[in-house]
Amino acid sequence: MDLNLTREETAFRDELRAWLAGNVPKDWSSWREKPLAESFPYLRAWQRNLHEGGWVAVSWPKEYGGRGATLMQQAIFWEEMARVEAPPMANALGLGLIGPTIIAYGTQAQKKRFIPKILSAEEIWCQGFSEPNAGSDLASLQMEARLDGDHYVVNGQKVWTSYGWVGDWCELVVRTDQEAAKHKGLTVLLVDMKSRGVEVRPLRQMTGESEFNELFFRDVRVPAENVLGKVNDGWNVAVSTLMYERGSYGARLHLIFKRNIDRLIQIARVTPRDGSTAAGNPLIRQKLAQYFAEIEIMRLNQLRAFSHITATGVPGPEGSIQKIFWSELNQRVQQLAQEIMGPYGQLLATDPHAIDKGAWSYGYLRTRGNTIEAGTSEVQRNIIGHFVLGLPRSY
Amino acid sequence: MEFGLNESQEILRDSARSFFAGECPMSEVRRLMETDTAYDPALWRKLSEQGYTGIIFGEEYGGVGLGKVELILLMEEAGRALLPGPFFSTVVFGGSLIDAVATTEQKRKYLAPICRGEARAAVAILEGTASWDLKDIRMVGAGGRLSGKKLFVPDAAVADWILVLAHNGVFLVEKGAPGLTISAMDTMDLTRKLYAVQFHDTPAERLADLAAAMPAIDVATAALVAEMVGGMQRTLDMTVEYAKTRKQFGKTIGTFQAVQHQCADMYLETESSRSAAYYAAWTLQENMPDAAAAVSIAKSYASDAGRTVGNRGIQIHGGMGFTWENDLHLYYRRAKASETTFGDATFHRERLARLAIDTASIAGMTV
Repeated sequence: MDLNLTREETAFRDELRAWLAGNVPKDWSSWREKPLAESFPYLRAWQRNLHEGGWVAVSWPKEYGGRGATLMQQAIFWEEMARVEAPPMANALGLGLIGPTIIAYGTQAQKKRFIPKILSAEEIWCQGFSEPNAGSDLASLQMEARLDGDHYVVNGQKVWTSYGWVGDWCELVVRTDQEAAKHKGLTVLLVDMKSRGVEVRPLRQMTGESEFNELFFRDVRVPAENVLGKVNDGWNVAVSTLMYERGSYGARLHLIFKRNIDRLIQIARVTPRDGSTAAGNPLIRQKLAQYFAEIEIMRLNQLRAFSHITATGVPGPEGSIQKIFWSELNQRVQQLAQEIMGPYGQLLATDPHAIDKGAWSYGYLRTRGNTIEAGTSEVQRNIIGHFVLGLPRSY
Repeated sequence: MEFGLNESQEILRDSARSFFAGECPMSEVRRLMETDTAYDPALWRKLSEQGYTGIIFGEEYGGVGLGKVELILLMEEAGRALLPGPFFSTVVFGGSLIDAVATTEQKRKYLAPICRGEARAAVAILEGTASWDLKDIRMVGAGGRLSGKKLFVPDAAVADWILVLAHNGVFLVEKGAPGLTISAMDTMDLTRKLYAVQFHDTPAERLADLAAAMPAIDVATAALVAEMVGGMQRTLDMTVEYAKTRKQFGKTIGTFQAVQHQCADMYLETESSRSAAYYAAWTLQENMPDAAAAVSIAKSYASDAGRTVGNRGIQIHGGMGFTWENDLHLYYRRAKASETTFGDATFHRERLARLAIDTASIAGMTV
């Protein structure tokens, strides 16, 4: 146990810091409140710049354009990015989830075709998994792909497709065998979103934005060479993507959470309450300290999980608690923000009286999604119960 | 950066686990908890033969010279076994306190016999107010003597020395000193006995200023959290095992999500407490600037988690969990005692608030 940085880790951090110091755009704060559709070209340009500096997909092997960074270096990477308030990368799903899945399951030709343009943000990826009748029970999905010569013909609907509105390509899970058991008949296709018959509709969420889309496929022809992995082995490919989704995300969140609680502490210290301040109110004070502690524990759980993977090569049981931990904690922090701000908590970005440009009213609503997206808390608890504790399957 | 155990730490943990399983099974815990002191000289000798009584102390005093991380690994296993008796009082707290505040000569006199397993110590902090804030201590040593009453002193009846935290310093009182009266308090945890200790013009050796005791309290608090983690892990293990075997409605109850999700939460709370305990130990070992905050983070989180893990464990055991025969309540009792020892979650959140909230910069802040 040694939580000091090694020489290599320090060198990695210093090199990154030096690069960021000269390259992080200074005007991100004026862009960040704008709708994603407006700021997207900006984020593409930022990712391209990062890529030219060699700082995109640091975790990927060198032969695929990454740096072969260790998990600890990845943690350092995200901490540093958050520390300088760097903008996010445009191709978040391509880099975080789909690229690694293509590296793991793709043919040489697929890797050569897709990986470079994921890195450069030339082609943005979206993820077509959930359907109206297949949410938590993803394996029951119905979108049908029928082989016709050297093409699959795809029909059906997807929902909650992140980046659908801007996606050039889609990692699409389809049913290729109607007779097989539900996990056995699935296949992953890499689909050009410009294909004839693909319709993208915005899905307006409770925050008022449309981060996600509905996709409608009508007789969309997809070349058979675009199957990722084996035909009817799509469940394993998709699960691999979900593991990246649940595993790596927590590391990026810690400093965002840290910044939120620090900001909330500041606000509480200057918000008058009962002759003192909100930070002096015993109940609010206790909650601030509690969440401050839990945000630190979230970081520690992540570091332990990373050390476990590094030592054993497999994700440890610690990793499975991260999704529950951060999503539920985030909701509690936002609720506390509401308690501290009172009526101000409800003000939207457009209101001149809003605190922090409405970030807290947005956060309050947006965090309801945290315990649903990327696997509901209920599904995560099922996973811990069955796969970690060895209890019988409950469903 | 590496937040796992190295090979020698794993060996220490594994050998401690098998030592306690062999020498301190639940039958032994139950036998000792029915005695007046829960202290067994034979078990004590074995603890000493393992080097546990000198685990973190210097080799010049006959100790093993290991670090705080090793200490918490040992305590986690002691907690899993629900080790009864004065190990915590003597080694973890008393020994650490002597190590932190005493002179070399005093350490030869008091710490070396502890390392050799020949002496036991207890530490008296609380008074009638039961406040863990050292500023609330009223007892004063004057002219080499102490008078007054301390409460909730663990294992005082088997201690050769009682270390007393007084308003004006840390004092040491010998067993059988004039004016010293020790009487048992009847408490929930049967495995760690607490005493009321009365001093009446009792001779006492002053060792140091009161403030010098703080680092030892932090070490003991982190070690106590590790012990709590061991208890949570055992509670979780028993509960999962029960959920896998107990059948109702023709199914093992672990099939039901209402049961399974509680087990998942027990797991989350246990692992999170463990992360916090390990980190606190590491910051203490390395004298990191955030050590005090790390200790309060660990103790605040684990104080609540220890109780909720126990609550869930008993609930899932159903009627069985409510019986005297089942071991769960023995862990539950210890968890309750540990929850308040060195301050409960509320106490440590307030300490953390002073460290992290009151010091936050608000220069130029307006809302």
